[in-house]
Amino acid sequence: MIAILGIKLGDPAAWVFLAFAAVTCASALVVAASRNIIYSAYALLLTFFGVAGLYAFLDADFIAAAQLLVYVGGILVLILFGVMLTHKIREIKLSNETTNPIVGAAIAGFVFLALAYVSLYTNWDVVDRPASPTTGEIGKAFVGKYLLPFEASSVLLLGALIGAAYLARRDKEKA
Amino acid sequence: MHPLLNFAHDVLPFTKNWPDWILYGSLVFIVAFGILNTLVAPLTGISTYIERRLAGRAQYRWGPNRVGFRSMLDALPITRGIAKLGDMQPFKFIGSKIPGGLLQFAADGLKLFTKEDIIPAQADQLLFRGAPYVILAGSFAAFAVLPVSFHFRAVNLNIGIFYILGISSIVVPGILMAGWGSANKWALLGGMRAAAQIISYEIPVAIALMTAVMLAGTMNMADIVETQRSGYGMEKAGMLGWYAFRYGGLMLVPFVIYFIGGCAEVNRTPFDLVEGESELVAGYHTEYSGFRWSFFFMAEYSNMFAVGAIATTMFLGGPLPPYPVQFTESLFGPMGNLGMVLRFGEGFFWFFAKSYFFVLLMIHMRWTLPRYRIDQMMHLCWKVLIPIGLVWFVLMCGVKMVRMEMALPPEKDAVAEVHK
Amino acid sequence: MRYDYVGVLIYMVLAVGFVLIGMTAQKYVSKFLRTNKPNAEKLSPYECGEEPVGGTSIRFNIRFYVMALVFIVFDVEVVLLFPWARVFTELYPFYRMALFWDMLIFVGILSLGLAYIWGKGDLEWVKSFRKHLSPAEQVARKPSKKEAA
Repeated sequence: MIAILGIKLGDPAAWVFLAFAAVTCASALVVAASRNIIYSAYALLLTFFGVAGLYAFLDADFIAAAQLLVYVGGILVLILFGVMLTHKIREIKLSNETTNPIVGAAIAGFVFLALAYVSLYTNWDVVDRPASPTTGEIGKAFVGKYLLPFEASSVLLLGALIGAAYLARRDKEKA
Repeated sequence: MHPLLNFAHDVLPFTKNWPDWILYGSLVFIVAFGILNTLVAPLTGISTYIERRLAGRAQYRWGPNRVGFRSMLDALPITRGIAKLGDMQPFKFIGSKIPGGLLQFAADGLKLFTKEDIIPAQADQLLFRGAPYVILAGSFAAFAVLPVSFHFRAVNLNIGIFYILGISSIVVPGILMAGWGSANKWALLGGMRAAAQIISYEIPVAIALMTAVMLAGTMNMADIVETQRSGYGMEKAGMLGWYAFRYGGLMLVPFVIYFIGGCAEVNRTPFDLVEGESELVAGYHTEYSGFRWSFFFMAEYSNMFAVGAIATTMFLGGPLPPYPVQFTESLFGPMGNLGMVLRFGEGFFWFFAKSYFFVLLMIHMRWTLPRYRIDQMMHLCWKVLIPIGLVWFVLMCGVKMVRMEMALPPEKDAVAEVHK
Repeated sequence: MRYDYVGVLIYMVLAVGFVLIGMTAQKYVSKFLRTNKPNAEKLSPYECGEEPVGGTSIRFNIRFYVMALVFIVFDVEVVLLFPWARVFTELYPFYRMALFWDMLIFVGILSLGLAYIWGKGDLEWVKSFRKHLSPAEQVARKPSKKEAA
C-alpha cells in the first residue's frame, strides 16, 4: 500500500507525512463515531490541524495558515458555540446514532475505492519545482487571472453575512 | 541550504556528516527549548514580579519585597557583609535600591507545585486535563517566528505574521475546552465570553496588521523589520523609519488599533470581563488549581509578551535601534566576532526593551482603567475599531499609491513603452 | 520551506511536552510533598463558597452565535485580502489604479454588509425590542427587566 503511493520510508519527510495523515484520519473517525458530541467537535480540532499540516507539507503555506484561521478559529468555534448554546445538551447520552451500518459501510467503501482509483491512475500534472512562497502567487492570481472570482467572493460573503444576520433574528423582528 | 545549517556547519564542523534533518531538528529544538525555559517561563515570573510591584505602588502598598535578592544576600555570612556594606552611608543609594522579592515567582512556583490537584467530580476529565496543552501549544507556537535580533529567529516563515494569526486561533477552542470541561457555570460563561471577545477582536487586529503588510509588501517578519531601516528618503532613518512614525504619523492609527485589539485578545484590562472576579470568580480557569492552573498563567503572560513583540516588529522596527544603525555598525564593524556578538546583543536589547514597554503599558492600564461591559466591548470592536481600521486601510493604500505614483514615470509613458 | 514547518511542529511538541512533564512531575514527585484528601465538598463546583445552585445548563444569549457567524464572514474577507496586501506594492507599476479599484470594490461590498447589519441592529448586544414595536405598542408595553437584559 505504502509502496504503491510512492512513499519512501527512508525519507524522514515520509514519516512526518504519515504521522499527519494518521492524525487526520484517526480524528476524523472519532468525529464520526464518538458518542459524545463535544468530543466529536474537539476531534474536529485535530482533523483541521492535521489537514493544515498536510497543506504545509505540500508547500501550500498560505492555505495552511488560512485553514487554521478560518476553520479552527471560525468554523470550529461556531460549532462549539452551537453545541454549548443547545439547551440541556449535557444530559443527552447518545448523539450519533448508527443506522444502516451495512449499507453505509458499502457506500463509504465504494466511494473510497473510487477515489483511490482516481487518485492512483489519473495522469496528474506533476510540477517539479523548488518550493516557493505561495502568497505572492495567490495575490497575483487574485488581481489577474482570477479577478472576477475574487470580486464575486465578496458578493458571496455579503450574501452570507445578510443571511446569517437574518436567520439569527427572532421571528417578530424579521418583518 | 538553510542559513541555520550553514551556521551550524561553520561553528561545529563535526556536524557536517549529519543528515540535514537531524541537524535542523536538533537546532530548532535547542532554540525552542532555550526560548521556552530561559524566556517564557522566567519572563512570566519577571512579568508577575513587575506587575505585583506596580500594583503595590498603584495601591499604596509594598508588593512582594521579601523573598529574593536582598534575603539571598543576607543568607550567607560573606554576602551578608556585602549587604551590610550596601546599607552604609557612601553606598546607601545602592543598598536601598537592592530589590527584594525578585524570587517571589520561584517561591510561588514551588508553592503551586506542592498544592493539591483538584479535579471537580462532575468535570469532563479529558477536556479538563487537555485544555492547558492546547492553550500553551497555541500561545507558544507564536514565538517561533519572532525576530529576536537582526537576522535571528528560529523559524523563517514566508507567511510570518499570517502564521501567527492562524496558529494563535488554536487558543480559542482551548479556552472553550477549559470552560466546558470544568462543569461550572461561571467557567462556562467566562469561556464563552473569552471566545466571543477573542474572535471579534481578531478582525481589527488582522486589518491593522494587514495595513503594515501592505506597506512592507511582505509577510516575513524579518523582512518587515528590514523595510523599516529606511524612511523619509533616508537610507538609515533610525526611529523615523518605523511604520508607526512613517507617512507623517498616519500609521499611528492602525498601530493603536492593533494595541487595543491585542489587549482584548489576551483578555487584559479593560477587557478582562471574561475573568471579572466580581461576577465570574475567575472565568474559564475557575476550577483549575495548583500546577495545572499555572499553565494558564504562563500562557497569559507569554501572550502579553507576544502582543508586545508583534506590535514591536510590525510597527516599531523590531530589533532596530531608535538611532540610525550606521552609528553602531561603524563602531562594532571592525571588531570581528566580538562585534557580531555586540550587534546581536544590541538588537536583542532593543527588541526586548520595546516589547517590555508594551507589557508595562498593559500592566499600568490594568491598575488604572475600569472594566468594560460586554456590550461596550462589542460596540468598541464592531462599530469603532473595524470601520476605522477598514477606512484607514483604504486610506493608507491611497497614500502609498500616491507615493509610488510620484516615483514612477507618468502613466502615458508606461503605456507608450508597452506599445513600442 | 518544509524544514521551517518541522520547526513549527517542534515548537508545538515542546509546549505540549512542557505541560506533560510538568503534570507528570506534579503527579509523581510532588505526591510526597502535598496533601491529597479529596472530599465531596472539595470536588463540587466552586460558587464562591455557596452550595452550587442548578447545573451548567444555563441559557446563553444568542448574540454569541451571531457574533461567531459575522466573525467568519470577516475572517474570510481578511484571508482573501492578505494576498492582495502582499502584492500591492510589487504589482503597482503594472496595474496602476486598477489594483486599487480591485480592493476598493471588494472592501466596499463588504462594508455594505457591515452597514446593513449595523443599521438593522444585529451588532447590538443588548437589544431593545421596543424599537421593533409600533409607537402605540411602545407606550402600552414597558420593557420588563428580563427583556432589557
